[in-house]
Amino acid sequence: MSTASMEAALLLAGILFMLGLISVLIRRNIIFMLISVEIMLNAAGLAFIVAGTRWVQPDGQIMFIFILTMAAAEVSVGLALILQIYHQLKTLNSDAANIMKG
Amino acid sequence: MENLLWLIPALPFLGAILLVLFGGRLPKSLLSLIGVGSVGVSALVTILLGFEFLAERPLYYQQEVWQWFSVAGFTPSVAFHVDALSMVFIFVITFVGFLIHLYATAYMADEADFARFFACMNLFVGSMLVLVLADNLLLLYLGWEGVGLCSYLLIGFWYKEPANGYAARKAFIITRIGDTAMAIGLFLLFQLFGTLNIQTILSDAPQVWPVGAEGALLVALLLLGGAVGKSGQLPLQTWLPDAMAGPTPVSALIHAATMVTAGVYLIARMNVVFELAPLAQLLVAVVGAATLLIAGFSALTQYDLKRVLAYSTISQIGYMFLALGVGAWSAGIFHFMIHAFFKALLFLCAGAIILALHHEQDMRHMGGLRKSMPVVFWTFLIGAGSLAALPLITAGFYSKDQILWYALAGENGNVWLYAAGLAGAFVTSIYTFRMVFLTFYGPAKTHVSHPPGKLITIPLILLAILSLVGGFIELPHNFGHLVLFSELLQPVLPAIEASASLAANEWLFQLLAAVVSLGGVFVAYLFYIKSPYLLHRLMHNGLAVRLQQFWFAGWGFDALYDNLFVRPYVFLANLNKRDIIDSFYTGLARTAEGFHVMLSQSQNGVLRSYVMGIVVGAIMILTISLFL
Amino acid sequence: MILLWMIVLLMAGGVLAWLAKRWHPVLPRWIALFAILTDLILACYLWLGTPTAVTGSSPWLVRLEIPWVPQWGVNFILALDGLSLLMLLLTFFLGALAVLISWREISTKSGFFYFNLLWVLAGITGVFLTMDLFLFYFFWEVMLIPMYFLIGVWGHANRNYAAYKFFLFTQASGLLMLLAILGLYFIHGSQTGIYTFNYFELLETTLDPLAARLLMFGFLAAFLVKLPVVPFHSWLPDAHSEAPTAGSIILAGLLLKTGAYGLLRFVLPLFPGAALEFAPWAMLLGVVGIIYGAILAFSQTDLKRLVAYTSVSHMGFVILGVFAFNEWALQGVVMQMIAHGLSTGALFVIAGFLYERLHTRDIQQMGGFWSKAPKMGVIALIFVMASLGLPGLGNFIAEFLTLVGSWQANNWLTVFATIGLVLATVYSLRIMQKVFYEPAPTDRPLPDLNARELLITLPMVVLILWLGLYPQPILDTARPSINQQLEAYQEPEVEEKKVVVAEVPEVELGIEKMSE
Repeated sequence: MSTASMEAALLLAGILFMLGLISVLIRRNIIFMLISVEIMLNAAGLAFIVAGTRWVQPDGQIMFIFILTMAAAEVSVGLALILQIYHQLKTLNSDAANIMKG
Repeated sequence: MENLLWLIPALPFLGAILLVLFGGRLPKSLLSLIGVGSVGVSALVTILLGFEFLAERPLYYQQEVWQWFSVAGFTPSVAFHVDALSMVFIFVITFVGFLIHLYATAYMADEADFARFFACMNLFVGSMLVLVLADNLLLLYLGWEGVGLCSYLLIGFWYKEPANGYAARKAFIITRIGDTAMAIGLFLLFQLFGTLNIQTILSDAPQVWPVGAEGALLVALLLLGGAVGKSGQLPLQTWLPDAMAGPTPVSALIHAATMVTAGVYLIARMNVVFELAPLAQLLVAVVGAATLLIAGFSALTQYDLKRVLAYSTISQIGYMFLALGVGAWSAGIFHFMIHAFFKALLFLCAGAIILALHHEQDMRHMGGLRKSMPVVFWTFLIGAGSLAALPLITAGFYSKDQILWYALAGENGNVWLYAAGLAGAFVTSIYTFRMVFLTFYGPAKTHVSHPPGKLITIPLILLAILSLVGGFIELPHNFGHLVLFSELLQPVLPAIEASASLAANEWLFQLLAAVVSLGGVFVAYLFYIKSPYLLHRLMHNGLAVRLQQFWFAGWGFDALYDNLFVRPYVFLANLNKRDIIDSFYTGLARTAEGFHVMLSQSQNGVLRSYVMGIVVGAIMILTISLFL
Repeated sequence: MILLWMIVLLMAGGVLAWLAKRWHPVLPRWIALFAILTDLILACYLWLGTPTAVTGSSPWLVRLEIPWVPQWGVNFILALDGLSLLMLLLTFFLGALAVLISWREISTKSGFFYFNLLWVLAGITGVFLTMDLFLFYFFWEVMLIPMYFLIGVWGHANRNYAAYKFFLFTQASGLLMLLAILGLYFIHGSQTGIYTFNYFELLETTLDPLAARLLMFGFLAAFLVKLPVVPFHSWLPDAHSEAPTAGSIILAGLLLKTGAYGLLRFVLPLFPGAALEFAPWAMLLGVVGIIYGAILAFSQTDLKRLVAYTSVSHMGFVILGVFAFNEWALQGVVMQMIAHGLSTGALFVIAGFLYERLHTRDIQQMGGFWSKAPKMGVIALIFVMASLGLPGLGNFIAEFLTLVGSWQANNWLTVFATIGLVLATVYSLRIMQKVFYEPAPTDRPLPDLNARELLITLPMVVLILWLGLYPQPILDTARPSINQQLEAYQEPEVEEKKVVVAEVPEVELGIEKMSE
């Protein structure tokens, strides 16, 4: 079993996370923001798996399954919300949704 | 008879309660019957008790009605104690009180609030009786405050006039200042003696304190504070002239004959304490001397008939204080009794005049009443003679002469006190006869509408008789030497010895007093009858005018207190009306609100800035957790 | 069991009153009146029925203990001694008056009103009865929330502000007390291994001075705010003046008393050392309160606000007396609680009557009512005089005893407190002057008191006179429990006296002390 070094894997996770984060910050389209969030989640999941393999613990993979389930749930709720926003505002620009502030 | 002691104060209280409860529904005749009758029966019981007292000559009668309360050894009772001193007082209160009540039924006949008037009067008599009969200082304090309340209610009887209400309030508050001093005195006494029973304190005091002990001084000064408040003495005298806003019978009963002498009673009652504190006793004499002069000069300049009498009351009580201060205890009480007779008489006469002249009180609008109101004239003249201490025939001469004599020759007396007393006597006789001449002589200026009826003249005549013959029970020892009164008080109040070196020449000083008194009458005659242009000329002198205004305003005490206490207090109170402490809490609320506004700015609804916030926060937390 | 019934009756009556509104609009007030009067009768029965137990050795007349949450040491303990009994009598008496006074005043949501009224009373009853600190806190909160509604729903114009303010002050201070209760609980638990909220067992706790001080301040926070003592008083004028009349009566007559009761019941016996240390400051706060309250009362033009500030002034006497640690002062405090409940309650009642007739509370617009409403005038006069401490009325006994007691502890502060009596005269007479004296500003007729109103005020007059002329039954009832509260001070008190003798006043005044 070829092994990538943990450092490299963590770096990959970190880069993915940063990419996701930055695009969440700069994108206005809510769909893209949702995708970026998914990227961040997967980056975190990758870090879990890497850590799990490193210490030979099952917890990492369990956490990843957790994250997957959560991501699925989040996407379904998120998409529903996005649909509603689109219905109401006729746009997917997240800044236009600031009318919902308290 | 002894067991009926409680009836004496209870009857007036009962009258007051009946009048309050049923006052609105009963006819006036029945109201008068309750109001006058209760005091009358009380006077009757007093007189019967007095006869028994004189026959048996016990030290005292004592009756406990119930135990008021009992807390950890503090056990004041509602108990009455009557000895010679209280006997004199209850006699004056019930008897003079009865006459004044009788008079008031006629005087107040046209008033709508008849029931309220008599309820207050009865309540007053009851409280005053409790005051002088109390066997402990706490019960005395009850009566003391009770009479203050009645005084307040009666001064403000015609409450629709705001000035009357303010006068009433002033009287209550100023006397309350004195009462507060007295209350502190009671705390101190209780701490030291473990009781407030008067007899116990009097008998224990010499063991607790040596003569001149500071404790005794302090207690005596605090009690004196109460006394000066109630008796209108310096420096708390300013309320009494304003108190004349009340109906005239009230002025006669409360602000001349009885309540204002409560201070005299208190000092006489606590005589042991004052004897143990010579400094305080001297202060009593000085206060008395100063007050009698100041009030006398103010009386000289007043135009309102009742205000003259009010200032003269202050001044005469000053004489009583002077007597108590020099140790002439029984002379002070004697003067109290005689003063009650003649001052009540003068006030009632004044009332008759005021009623006859449609509530005209200004002496400048009176005159010539000698012809139209002969009974009032003669009785007023007798009262005035007694007040001015015209020699030999009037009672006032005997009582005042005694005071003057002991102010000089008593053990605590000295020339200054005597001189003040003598000067006061001169002024007294001037202002008294100024009043007589202005009111009864000269041309008539206001038409007499109601001549006084029988209910008004009978009390006048009775009091006039007492003002004449009342003095004969106590004659100076160089002529007559009758000591019925001082002998009666002997067991209660310490006797006084005149200094031997002066005693031989006593007649000289009596002559001097007589001359001064007659001289005063002559001066008044000169200025107001014989040659009024003298007065005119005097009133063109700038200094005299300013002096006149100064005295007219009561030596500026009112203005002083106004500027020193009343206005700053009202100013500060109004300044702080919104409560400065509350602004701290509202400030707190404002701050919270400010933060709310500030933080709600950050909730801008831009999703990306929230994410930014999360990121920055996460980074900060990570950094902190890495480096700490 | 009778104690439990008292509380249950009130709570059940409240729920029933709420529900009964649906059946008939006047039913709620009859239910409320009936529930309170039954309690009043029960309390009177307890009072008259156990005269011998009062003089016995144990101050506790009735005790009820039911385990509630045993694993936390929470018990349902109700116990009654003389002090609680007096407070209960006052509670039910004023409660009944509060119902009577609301008879016509409350027309909207009357079912909910009586529900809240009864629950406040239930909370107060619980506070006076319970001897378990957890339960105490519970009842402390129970009386708070319905009161919030009473002010917030049926109050005057500015009611929301007042209700919030009341709630925040009492709630915040109550939380501090909760912290202190928990602190005491854990300290006691770690010392003895028994974790319990039982008051009787917590009394045995020995605390080191620092802990005692902190815990005492926790309790003090709640009680001083409730009392209220001057820097924490500012909720009171708003709450009192905005509340409906019944609410003002309950606030002034009862809620403030829970603070005083807490001081007596908890602070004194639980933290004797810390309380002794704090005493001079507490007395100073009392004196400041007396004078500050009096000055503020003088400047008010809103009648209810004026009366509210007089409460601040009068409650100063309570804290002054509590921290004098002697029987005179404490008896005075108990008398003050009762007499002030009656006299201030009555003044609020009169303010309520005036508001009902004139729709204003501004005394500038009043005047000359003496001739229009002489009965009201006489009754107002009596209570105004009570509030300025006229002898013969209950407040005088209270204030005099308090001052006699505090004089033994501190001369100068007592002198200043006594000066407060002059200021009390100033503001009290202002009420008479502005409302009943002077010419009437309007010709509007002012009907005199009717039969129902006389039924409310006359018992108060009789009681205040009775308290002033023969207070002995009250004093006797309170004595055993007062001595119980003072037990912890018997030793220190002797020491303290020596200190006092050595320090200032006696020497300064040169008074020879009599042998005692």
